[in-house]
Amino acid sequence: MAKLNLLLLLVLIVCALGLVTSQHESRKLFSQLEREQERARDLDVEFGQLQLEASTWGLHSRVEKIAAARLGMRVPDPRRVRMMESRTGAGH
Amino acid sequence: MIAASVPAMVRLPVWRARLAVALLLAAFAVLAGRSVYLQSMHTVFLQGKGEARYARVLEIPGTRGRVLDRNGDALAISTPVKSVWAIPDDVKASPQQLASLAALLSLDARELARKLSEAEREFVYLKRQIPPEAAARVAELAIPGIHQQTEYRRYYPGGETMAHVIGFTGVDDVGQEGIELAQQAVLAGTAGSRRVIKDRLGRVVEDVESIRAAQNGRDLSLSIDSKIQNLAFGALKAAVDAHRARAGAIVVLDVRTGEVLALANMPTYNPNNRARLTGAQLRNRAMTDTFEPGSTLKPFTVGLAMETGRITPQTVIQTSPGTLTIANYTIHDAHPGGAMSVAQVIQKSSNVGAAKIALGMSREEMHDMFKRVGFGSAPRLGFPGEAVGKVREAKTWRPVEQATMAYGHGISVSLIQLARAYTVFARDGELAPLSLLKTDAPAEGRRVFSAEVAHAVRDMLEAAVQPGGTAPRARIVGWRVGGKTGTAHKQENGGYAAHKYVSSFVGFAPVSDPRLVIAVMVDEPSAGQYYGGQVAAPVFSQVMQGALRILGAPYDAPLSPIEMPGEGDEAKENT
Repeated sequence: MAKLNLLLLLVLIVCALGLVTSQHESRKLFSQLEREQERARDLDVEFGQLQLEASTWGLHSRVEKIAAARLGMRVPDPRRVRMMESRTGAGH
Repeated sequence: MIAASVPAMVRLPVWRARLAVALLLAAFAVLAGRSVYLQSMHTVFLQGKGEARYARVLEIPGTRGRVLDRNGDALAISTPVKSVWAIPDDVKASPQQLASLAALLSLDARELARKLSEAEREFVYLKRQIPPEAAARVAELAIPGIHQQTEYRRYYPGGETMAHVIGFTGVDDVGQEGIELAQQAVLAGTAGSRRVIKDRLGRVVEDVESIRAAQNGRDLSLSIDSKIQNLAFGALKAAVDAHRARAGAIVVLDVRTGEVLALANMPTYNPNNRARLTGAQLRNRAMTDTFEPGSTLKPFTVGLAMETGRITPQTVIQTSPGTLTIANYTIHDAHPGGAMSVAQVIQKSSNVGAAKIALGMSREEMHDMFKRVGFGSAPRLGFPGEAVGKVREAKTWRPVEQATMAYGHGISVSLIQLARAYTVFARDGELAPLSLLKTDAPAEGRRVFSAEVAHAVRDMLEAAVQPGGTAPRARIVGWRVGGKTGTAHKQENGGYAAHKYVSSFVGFAPVSDPRLVIAVMVDEPSAGQYYGGQVAAPVFSQVMQGALRILGAPYDAPLSPIEMPGEGDEAKENT
């Protein structure tokens, strides 16, 4: 009887330790998840900022000014533009 | 044990042992009682206290949705910024630290000192909405009593070009103008919160429960094409500046879908920097202001008369001697033209001709037609402050009013209503519903005129932009255009002001298969020229040429350069 009790005690201790370990593991994994989510949020914010930057640099008025002033480009004369028929129907 | 060494047993009184047992039991009883008391009666309170040591409620921000143009270019984006605040009593900093803090916040050192000396206040904002880089350097200073909080700031890359369409939000991220206000419910995000367990180092180790899920605002795709918008704004601004006008507005509509591709106003403002904003800058004139449209309404009068079978484009109207007197009121033509066909009435913009055509119809018919092309009712774009305009009840019209209404006097409309009404001609007789949000399907219209009448009016409007018409400057290379000028005296103190005009032009192209309707309005041009054909038509042609190129519309006119009219070839009008 005493032997069985001892055995059960041992099993109990092993189980308890297992519980502690897995709880610790789960917390570690959770904080990792938390960090990754934080990173995702940060990247999202950065994406927004980059998008903002892209729109600012890509402003049509700015592109037009640079194309005309620095690159010496201009809108082609309509007589030098050839219209193509789109196969998939009207574009846009 | 050796008995001999043991001293004689001392007999203790029995009560002492009993007393000791009783005391011990009593002590246990007290402990048990206390524990029952704590466990049963104060559990909630104590559990709360315990949890407060490790459990935290975290806010989850819900960000406001972005506003995009039809091609996905960002027009409004929220991005986090920091606000720096202080508890003045707690602040302990060296003078150097304060100096660098003031520099980072771009505050005057004295102003900073003043804010920090407001001892009776427990909370004072030092600077709201600073960029994250500056905030990080403020945090590096590590001054006790200086704190930061995250807020969202909205940026508008389009700046003044898009200001009136998009509007802006206040410091609390709630829409105050434009789409930001109109679509507040869609764009707004709601912050959520959750309860978590944090460890000694402040890391979240366990999610206990989600109290409220955060909801990000939805993105909104507008019908606006930022290329066309930029083009329209640039042309309008140049015209308003060149003619020293008080204000101006332009609307570009997609004929097939009823989408608003561009909408711009002058004067405007920069939504990113709204210091010193005036009411005039904020006005979205194209939608909220009404004006007497003048001659731009003549095609509707003619369309109705043809629809009811009273006239054909070839019917001859006698406009000689260039005046028409009805009950003390005389209607004038700028250039008396004698006998004209209906097509010439439109081309030369004859008031007398239009009035005579109108007098052949009943006032109920005309009233009904104005209503059916959308005048006197809001265009229902879901935009704040859309003007309804004014079309008086038919039974209150006197004959002279019926005559002047034929050329757009005694009726008021907004520019966007006028542009929408012209979709009737551009769409073979159907009025298109408008949309500021991107739609993919062609819109279902409401029939006002038959396709034959719409085609006939289209041809007349094309003649109006030919040499000899009122707006030869509206023509463009490569595409056939049609349209009508308006030059209306402004109303002032119940009468018409002698030298204040609203110049307008509404037209469409390509005439063979219209894609765009553009309406331009310039308020009080004061640099000499004021005819719609001189002030508004060039804006129209510039924007139409660029927009059709952007859309890739097929050419329907020979690609020969356009000869600009000399002084004599341009018909002038006085409505």
